Amino acid sequence: MTGPRTLVDKIWDAHLVSQTASGASLIAIDRVFLHERTGASALKSMAAAGRPVRDPARVFAVMDHIVDTRPGRGDQTLMPGGQAFITETREAALAAGITLFDVTDLDQGITHVISPELGIVLPGLTLVAPDSHTCTQGALGALAWGIGSSEAEHAMATGVLRLSRPKTMRVTFTGSLAPHVSAKDMALHLLATHGAGGGAGHAVEFAGPAVAALDMEARMTLCNMATEFAAMTGIIAPDELTFDWLAGRRYAPLQFDGPVWSDLKSDDGARFDREIVIDASSIAPMISWGTSPEHSIAVDAVVPQGPDRAHSYVGLEPGVRLAGTPIDVAFIGSCTNSRLSDLRRAAALVKGRRIAASIKAALVVPGSSAVKRAAEAEGLDQIFRDAGFEWRESGCSLCFYAGGEGFAPGSRTISTTNRNFEGRQGPGIRTHIASPETVAASALAGAIADPRRLS
Amino acid sequence: MTPFTTLTGIAAPLLRDNVDTDAIIPSREMKSTGRTGLADGLFAPWRYSEGRTPNPDFVLNQPDFARAPILLSGTNFGCGSSREHAVWALAEHGIRCVIAESFAPIFAANCIRNGLLPVVMPQEAVRALTGQMVTVDLAGQSVSANGQSWTFAMDAEPKAMLLEGLDAIDLTLKSLPDIDRWTREDRAARPWVYLENNA
Repeated sequence: MTGPRTLVDKIWDAHLVSQTASGASLIAIDRVFLHERTGASALKSMAAAGRPVRDPARVFAVMDHIVDTRPGRGDQTLMPGGQAFITETREAALAAGITLFDVTDLDQGITHVISPELGIVLPGLTLVAPDSHTCTQGALGALAWGIGSSEAEHAMATGVLRLSRPKTMRVTFTGSLAPHVSAKDMALHLLATHGAGGGAGHAVEFAGPAVAALDMEARMTLCNMATEFAAMTGIIAPDELTFDWLAGRRYAPLQFDGPVWSDLKSDDGARFDREIVIDASSIAPMISWGTSPEHSIAVDAVVPQGPDRAHSYVGLEPGVRLAGTPIDVAFIGSCTNSRLSDLRRAAALVKGRRIAASIKAALVVPGSSAVKRAAEAEGLDQIFRDAGFEWRESGCSLCFYAGGEGFAPGSRTISTTNRNFEGRQGPGIRTHIASPETVAASALAGAIADPRRLS
Repeated sequence: MTPFTTLTGIAAPLLRDNVDTDAIIPSREMKSTGRTGLADGLFAPWRYSEGRTPNPDFVLNQPDFARAPILLSGTNFGCGSSREHAVWALAEHGIRCVIAESFAPIFAANCIRNGLLPVVMPQEAVRALTGQMVTVDLAGQSVSANGQSWTFAMDAEPKAMLLEGLDAIDLTLKSLPDIDRWTREDRAARPWVYLENNA
């Protein structure tokens, strides 16, 4: 491409190996990240086909999806048959010579938390993982996206993927966020306004003053939800904050000087296929009411008319006010909202208070073992425990139900996760997704609550 | 991979938007690290009532549609988790083509790698196919039923992959000289990418 280019186009062009006869692009893949839910399957399938991993130094794996999060954990997990996923992934990773962050490793954690933490993802890189929330890592200025197992094998065996260039979209957030409103609310607002299919076919660059003002962890939260928007990925141009944040991390280069780094931004005048502008100051704390992330409203609003199935599944009729709806379970965790800053903001609200006696379970699951240690060093674990939360080891935990830890059908959860699909957290479970602030306030109230009303 | 050329069969309607991969196959139904044994878990939350008895209201439990090779749906089909098990489960059950108003991108890519054809058509066309004997012709990019016919868009690359039943990895490995050359040049330009100390 010539003329002003978008950041996505620049990274695309820089990784273009060749064009195929049928018009696809072979795009070089700099990093592959596996997890135990599909890692063993992909690696075993490659081994069976006699296809080695082309460059094991650039392939990583971690145990996060179904690991136990209770203290003193090992390979055993509450998911029936889950242990095999862990042991087989370990064996396959060792055989393939890739880097594995094992269950009890100090670096263990959720893929999209530890990859940035360790400097595995970097600005300008391409990174893929058989996990839809890989888009989280676009917050570092990388082109990072989720793929299936076969594509993971393809990337590991060949070093490239066969792709069509995505269309580009820019979502600009102007203004600034109000108190107790955070990146999760920006994402839910976008989904509520433009729909769960709104980003289809596009790679989405998040930009504007309200995005620049986000810290790195909040940027990850925003990019995390790009997959819920049906986008290929989300990305944020790296700035000084990004490079400072990455400096000194284990797999990151020693310095970020030179045009190769400073050019990682959309040129002035670059044309996007679609533009959306949102006034950040108009965003309220958001919460989902239904069974798609697009079914989201301001926490003080009434449930709108949606699909009958959704109303019937969640047991909430149009016109009812969500705030005040009793909840059974509160969960703070997942690749969306489990980083130190998320835990700090939630802890600030629950400090010196107790969760409602009616709450059946309240969990805080740090996004990585490093986040857990850092939180403990500043006493956040004690604040949560004193308030009545359980404090766990790191992992994906209650984000989805794999047959292990779960609750009675009909239970209502409020959760900092990314999906409120039917049955996502277990058969019949009604999930409301929201920010750590809103989950914390709701846990204290025993019902869906507005964090702005907690003084 | 079995090539996809033409397909004629009954089209089963699952006319909802945002059918997610957790609904297509819940995580708890993904019981082994293999790619098989998944058909039983297909649409488990909707297909089974309590005690895992068939729910007679669910479309694939109705006699007319139990063996339908074509599934119809709304917008954003296959959204959510990237689990390829969703495609494996559909294929193992016997679905070879999903016709929907739109698809989530990872799901659509997974279809191509497994010989399952994702066809995008407008809502009125999808509805018109409900319960019909439908013929899908990939080479001609057309769908016909009941004397009516529609065309659909498809990129040349996935079309060729499906028509010829190509294995993507085998195909790409033919470009290995290009990839090797590009990698050598890139290693010199961006040495930090290659993590020499991690080898």
